[in-house]
Amino acid sequence: MSHPVKIFLVDDHALFRTGVKAELAGLDDDRIEVVGEAGSVGEAVVRISSEPPDVVLLDVHMPDGGGRAVLEQVHAALPDVVFLALSVSDAAEDVIAVIRAGARGYVTKTISGRELADAVVRVAAGDAVFSPRLAGFVLDAFSDRGGPAPVADPELDLLSPREREVLKLLARGYAYKEIASQLFISIKTVETHVSSVLRKTQKSNRYELSRWASDRRLV
Amino acid sequence: MVPDSPARPAGQFTPDGLPKLTRRHEGSILGGVAGGIADHLNVPVLWVRATFAILAIMGGAGILAYALLWIFVPQRRDASPEAVHPAGPLERRQAYGVAALGVALMFAAMALGFGQVLTWVLGPLGLAAVGAAFIWREADDARRARWRRTAAGIVGPSTGSWWRLIGGCLLVIGGLSVFAIGQLDFTAVRSALIAVVLTLVGVAIITIPWWLRLVRDLGDERRGRVQERERAEIAAHLHDSVLQTLALIQRQAGDSREVQRLARSQERQLRTWLYGPAGYASAGDAPAAPSSSLAVSLAETAGEVEDTYAISVTPVIVGDVPMDQHVAALVAAAREAMVNAAKHAQVAEISVYAEVEDGTVSVFVRDRGVGFDLGAVGPDRRGVADSIRRRMERHGGTSKIRSQPGEGTEVELTVPVTATVDPASATEPVVEPPVAESSVPDTPAAETAPGADAGTVRAHADSKGRS
Repeated sequence: MSHPVKIFLVDDHALFRTGVKAELAGLDDDRIEVVGEAGSVGEAVVRISSEPPDVVLLDVHMPDGGGRAVLEQVHAALPDVVFLALSVSDAAEDVIAVIRAGARGYVTKTISGRELADAVVRVAAGDAVFSPRLAGFVLDAFSDRGGPAPVADPELDLLSPREREVLKLLARGYAYKEIASQLFISIKTVETHVSSVLRKTQKSNRYELSRWASDRRLV
Repeated sequence: MVPDSPARPAGQFTPDGLPKLTRRHEGSILGGVAGGIADHLNVPVLWVRATFAILAIMGGAGILAYALLWIFVPQRRDASPEAVHPAGPLERRQAYGVAALGVALMFAAMALGFGQVLTWVLGPLGLAAVGAAFIWREADDARRARWRRTAAGIVGPSTGSWWRLIGGCLLVIGGLSVFAIGQLDFTAVRSALIAVVLTLVGVAIITIPWWLRLVRDLGDERRGRVQERERAEIAAHLHDSVLQTLALIQRQAGDSREVQRLARSQERQLRTWLYGPAGYASAGDAPAAPSSSLAVSLAETAGEVEDTYAISVTPVIVGDVPMDQHVAALVAAAREAMVNAAKHAQVAEISVYAEVEDGTVSVFVRDRGVGFDLGAVGPDRRGVADSIRRRMERHGGTSKIRSQPGEGTEVELTVPVTATVDPASATEPVVEPPVAESSVPDTPAAETAPGADAGTVRAHADSKGRS
């Protein structure tokens, strides 16, 4: 990538935005550059639309609908802007909801600055970013214990054995490189599998996924 | 009239700024009762006197009321000079006139037999007034203020309220008219009953806003109580947990390890409270997780290791099984692996992944720490590895340790299980294996046994299939 990845921060806590900006700047990483920030859903929609960044770091919990509202208002009009959800929440409902609304990844706010920068670069390049917990949620949702609904579309509603293996290693805390060497495949193939899992997570009508995505949290 | 005095003596005014009901001292004509009421209600004194006069028609009720008020209402003390209204000769003459009129009306009504029957109509009104007075006395000031605002709705500017007022008044007048006709027909009792009913209906219509307000008040109060309880619960929880931890953190601000341990421990507790199976934000109809299961136990263990060694342990658990001795052994072995990593790996984070699949529970404990050469380990680490291995073997499980110097360590533990917990049917009774039934010989229901057996087997197979 010739120019640095332009990052836009959306979080209703100014303190957290400042912290993330300082941390990313402190890395002295010329692959990334924070170009803007917003503290509310409305402000984010306006500023992202007027000057589209490459990657939006999106807080899940905000007043007026949270990160999902931003995704719903911006994603369709600007498909090239990539969203990476950043949250303290560990609830499947929150994680799955933003993924299904179009986010290409989900990391928790306790992530280190270095890992965050890597994740940003990776989603900007078109990959998906799965934290171990997100991998666990997806495995749970696609497990055979799933609800009463039968599998309607095997293409979307089932994971291939290889995808399952990759997800399990992700849940065990393996990095892409480690997964690749463990399974004797290339990193590129790992990325393909993860992207495929992301697509299924977003599009599948499996009971667990749609139920999680429709449940709204209060907090 | 309310005296607009800038210095209102405390204790002489209700919280809404109206003077308390006292008898006038200065400027009284007879007992100062009418003037006091006029001050209290903020109406012209003439109206009050006229009301007493009209009430006198009812067998002298007005005169009785005046006398009672004279006795029971205290006289105003230390009246401020501004409040003094020396009664002028005109007002004095007017007052005497009204009083005389009242007495005359009383006697006239008595002479005509009018007063007694009028009591039939005005009696209910009087009772309603007494009841209203009681409610008024019992209500607190905020409620009184609200009712007074509602009262504005009775004679408010809207057409609807005027129609209602007119309708109510017509009914009251109707009551009186029925009496008048009844008087002619000498069927006083029946017509008096009708008069009473019509009067009460009229009063009810006039006071509709009050009734509505009363009902709404009840609902508001109930909702308010629920919210209050909720708020109290959250406040209590935050106080016990978050505020205490923040206080501890401030006291130990110099010790970054201790601060991290406290923060991490508090975060975990808060998460459990918010998102846990019995958590605050979990759906009310969600089945409560079994009190002891792999997921709960492993999460607790991870928390203990976090607290003890001030590192971050993030468990990811897919599927769940109820605790039995094998699973307990698995969790204990996983704990040893975590502790081992915490002590030796020199990392800030350990990944723990557990899954339940095909009748096997697997737990992976992984760190990205210093690692070690499996062939050349010191006796201390050997001991830990052996104790993990032996423990798993005793319970029919396996253990594997993968490690490379500089690449971190991963401990894999597996143990077979029989039953799994399906989150969707966690509350269903456990299906007994068919063995139990075949051991019961020749029951009277022998003919139906095959069908029953098949059903049980199918149910069992279902529960297996979903596992």
